[in-house]
Amino acid sequence: MGSSRSRMDDIPHAQQLIHETDFSAAHLLRLHQRFKFLDKYQTGELRPRDFGAIPALALNPIGDRIIGAFFSPGRETLDFPSFVRILAHFRPTDPNRSRDSTQQELANSRTRKLKFAFQLYDQDRDGKISRAELLQVLRAMLETQVVEEQLQSIAERAIQEADLDKDDAISFDEFRRIVFFFFVFCLQSLEKVNIDHKMSIRFLK
Amino acid sequence: MQFPLLLLLFSAAADLSGTADLRETGLSIPASAPPLLLCPQPGAPRDLAPPGLASARSAVGEPEEAQNVGHHGGGFRVVQWEWTYVQTPYIIAMWLLVASVAKILFHFSQHFTTVVPESCMLILLGLVLGGVVLVANKKQLYQLDPALFFLFLLPTIVGDAGYFMSARLFFDNLGAILTYAVVGTLWNAFCCGFSLYAAKLLQVIDERVQADLMDFLLFGALISAVDPVAVLAVFEEVHVNDTLFIIVFGESLVNDAVTVVGVENVETADYFKGVASFFIVSIGGTLVGVVFAVILGFITRFTKKVRIIEPLFVFLLVYLAYLTAELFSLSAILSMTFCGIGANKYVEANISQKSRTTVKYTMKTLASIAETIIFIFLGISAVDKSKWAWDTGLVSCTLVFIFVFRAVGVIGQTWVLNRFRLIPLDKIDQVVMSYGGLRGAVAFALVVLLDGKRVKAKDYFVATTIVVVFFTVMFQGLTIKPLVKWLKVPRSSSRKPTINEEIHERAFDHILTAVEDIAGLQGYHHWRDKWEQFDKNYLSKLLLRKSVYRKSELWEAYQKINIRDAISVIDQGGNVLTSARLSLPSMASRASFPEFTNVTNYLRENGSGVCLDLQVIDNVPGAKVEEDTETHHVLAENLYKPRRRYQSHYSRHFMSLGEKERQDREVFQRNMKSRMETFKSTRYKRHKKERSLKKRQGLDRDKPRRNVSWQDTDPVFVSVESDEEKDEHSDAEKEEDVGITFVARRTETPKPRPKSVPPAVGDSHSPTAAPPSPTNGGSLLPWKGSVSSPPPCVSVEATKIIPVDLQQAWNQSISSLESVSSPPTHTEPVHPRVSALSRLGVPRPISYSPPGSVGGCTSSIGSQVVQSSLCFPEKKKEQEMEEEQEKEEEAELQPLLAPPTSLTKPPPPPGSAPSSGKRRKPSVYLRSLVTTPSTGSNEPHSRDPTQL
Repeated sequence: MGSSRSRMDDIPHAQQLIHETDFSAAHLLRLHQRFKFLDKYQTGELRPRDFGAIPALALNPIGDRIIGAFFSPGRETLDFPSFVRILAHFRPTDPNRSRDSTQQELANSRTRKLKFAFQLYDQDRDGKISRAELLQVLRAMLETQVVEEQLQSIAERAIQEADLDKDDAISFDEFRRIVFFFFVFCLQSLEKVNIDHKMSIRFLK
Repeated sequence: MQFPLLLLLFSAAADLSGTADLRETGLSIPASAPPLLLCPQPGAPRDLAPPGLASARSAVGEPEEAQNVGHHGGGFRVVQWEWTYVQTPYIIAMWLLVASVAKILFHFSQHFTTVVPESCMLILLGLVLGGVVLVANKKQLYQLDPALFFLFLLPTIVGDAGYFMSARLFFDNLGAILTYAVVGTLWNAFCCGFSLYAAKLLQVIDERVQADLMDFLLFGALISAVDPVAVLAVFEEVHVNDTLFIIVFGESLVNDAVTVVGVENVETADYFKGVASFFIVSIGGTLVGVVFAVILGFITRFTKKVRIIEPLFVFLLVYLAYLTAELFSLSAILSMTFCGIGANKYVEANISQKSRTTVKYTMKTLASIAETIIFIFLGISAVDKSKWAWDTGLVSCTLVFIFVFRAVGVIGQTWVLNRFRLIPLDKIDQVVMSYGGLRGAVAFALVVLLDGKRVKAKDYFVATTIVVVFFTVMFQGLTIKPLVKWLKVPRSSSRKPTINEEIHERAFDHILTAVEDIAGLQGYHHWRDKWEQFDKNYLSKLLLRKSVYRKSELWEAYQKINIRDAISVIDQGGNVLTSARLSLPSMASRASFPEFTNVTNYLRENGSGVCLDLQVIDNVPGAKVEEDTETHHVLAENLYKPRRRYQSHYSRHFMSLGEKERQDREVFQRNMKSRMETFKSTRYKRHKKERSLKKRQGLDRDKPRRNVSWQDTDPVFVSVESDEEKDEHSDAEKEEDVGITFVARRTETPKPRPKSVPPAVGDSHSPTAAPPSPTNGGSLLPWKGSVSSPPPCVSVEATKIIPVDLQQAWNQSISSLESVSSPPTHTEPVHPRVSALSRLGVPRPISYSPPGSVGGCTSSIGSQVVQSSLCFPEKKKEQEMEEEQEKEEEAELQPLLAPPTSLTKPPPPPGSAPSSGKRRKPSVYLRSLVTTPSTGSNEPHSRDPTQL
């Protein structure tokens, strides 16, 4: 899809990225191509408007937030290594790798995946999903389907369910707990509890 | 039990000997069959069926003919023995009865049924019955008739399975399902066929089995398909996890196409045509199913006025999908499955709650009985000397081959699939999948259908198939449970989702889609998102009612969860009135709560569009207060007399409300009204300066009763019989299923204060309405409150919560109230219709009558007063149900949170309420239950269909 084929040499810090994210070289090439494709002005960096040009993303109700999650606070641009590192969140966890001690550092560990999702809710990054933040997400997702009152009740209910320390907001631990519960019971895989499955996509070779 | 069974068997035997398979044999009716001796025209049954009549049809087409024959016997008889006239339906009914009674008997022993699957028992029963018939007749008269099986028994099971199958789960695993169904079945078929042929060449199989390669391939094709009936029967009791189940079961459904093509085309040996035919059969079948799904969805859009036949449409169209596919020799199972999967979402949304329940129960009943009959007949069919062309070599080879090749096939395919699957199937899954490859009635019916002239070894094949089916269903079915336990296969758990899960699952879907888009991958999520867009933009618009289209699934889920919690709390507490220590159903306690699934289901089936709102309070009233409360509660309950006059009403199109139901409804309406009242009075406190003088009308009638039994979770439509509503009777009927819809209109409240409409929870002897009262004190000491509380005034302008479809009536009543200071009229059912609306259904702006006026009222008022006091226990319970601390709302709701004693005093000054509210860490009562009104409501603007 890119105008020119990427080669490994074109990719800055390729080896380091591979080591860091556990992507294969083929993956990396593919992502680099995609990166260049998105980077219409060949600046070597992506801006939010580049993402906005993806048509499917424009339809996504929480697309804006996801784009936002790619950019670290205060930054307006995104270089290729950051791009890859963020996408690495969504690599399926390798069952063999997950047992070794380096797992904590990997971006696709369960905690990191959850953290990413959590940040989508937690827009002000205070470590908590407040009622207002939850409402925003709900509103975006449900659009016109429900009235405001319903949204509020849903948000209310969700916070109640999750809120263990009664601070009227969902902290990351609470978030993890609730989602953890969910996947333990929904996927019925007590052993292989997998957030990973819900938060992973297949990267084609 | 033995005797009726025998009788049945003999009579049935007589029937079939004349009409079904054995008629060519010229077998005369056995003299030993008792019913026949009494039969006026002993020879008649044999003449009944025209030669070409398929035996399955005999069940349907026969009565008329039988009638003709039955009546030509001359002479006048006072009592005629019209056996021929009724025999077919009679015998069918008797079979159903036997099957059902057998089920009951099996389930007498709890322990037994946990060890031995029902299917095994049914087959054994069939063997016994078959043996009895054989001994009596020297000839087996029954077998599982293929036409009967394919036209009636199988569709009921497949229809049920398809309709209730989780579409998401199915499509999430579609790749695996298709692979196993197509590649796996082909692999099994060819391997079995070739291996058996090899065995034959090696003379392991006796020479008497005259079969060539084609015959063996044919046999391989029909014996290799995993059978949906058997899989359902066995896996239902094993409860493996959903993914595993859907893969095995999906495979058993989808491989039908392979089997159909295989069995029909193997003999032609034209593989190219075979492949083409496979695609036509499978894709064609799917398309037929989809087309019928669309038709079904579309039709149910317009059944608003004829709710009563909604379920019929579902059954008919799903069945027609099957028959149509069968008509064109397409894969009927595929067609039906896809029709069920496709239509489910739209149909369930379109039809009423009661229809949903009806569909569910009818389908389950039919499927269950069909399954029972299939297994019994399998057993019976096995006891047939004419079929037992036994060849040990063939049987044992087949058993070994299907088992080995199944295992090899599964492992090989899984290895490939796991390279693509996000969630790999591990070894344990593979073992269960191999072991769960059960063969069943489909294979048997197919093998019976074989043409004995072309396939010389048909008898051997039939015998072998029976053995294989028995082996897989009985032996594997019996052992799979211990195996699953031993392997620690993850089981499915029946945990109900929480609202968070609903939210996050949706969010995660969006996230993954977005990431796939960003990464430029067109993966699974990408396509699913595309589909969802399409569904939302076009399909749902076409197939869903406008009123439904606007509803949000998340919101529905929210309501369900709320109701479930309410139920579980009540379950937990037993008689909640006495247990003040009710704890919040936290997630942990929820999981430890086995029964609550049932209750939730029950409630759900009972239909409730009403949202329960549950609250928790921290303060525990003293024992004394509790006691008093309970006493009053009981008192009030016993004193309750519905005062509504009932109108007799008959309609073929609507269910009339049962007495009980009406009573409940009335109670609920009162409850609602009282809640409105309290709500309004709350508002009043906030604005009392301006309002207090405006409205002070006789409100003595409005001491509410809150005594509501939990059946009231039935959505309430208010007062069918009211004058205003009368012309909208049908709409009201419809609303009944949609649930009550309330709109909170606020004029001066700074913030939306949605209010929930908790249906009463609890059981009939523990009324559980939980009206938010302005003061908890009112609820705690209601009897005091009712006597001494000064009449709070309510302004018309203050917040009103009105059932949407009653808004018109509401306005009318308001205007009438404003113009005339209406005297209390509520005590007698003088104008039942009016009273139904004005007193019960529609909250009006009202003020309390002074205590004195209450006292001065008739005795019925007195009872009402007592009843109103009852609100308290329920309220308390409700409060306990759910903890809600909302700081920001607290301030707003402070009037609601007044301390328990507030009702006994004049309304506290505005300042005092807040402080007390904070002290108590109050819960918030007013939750929204603001659902979109369904069609036919009187509020046009809310029904605006254009929502995109």
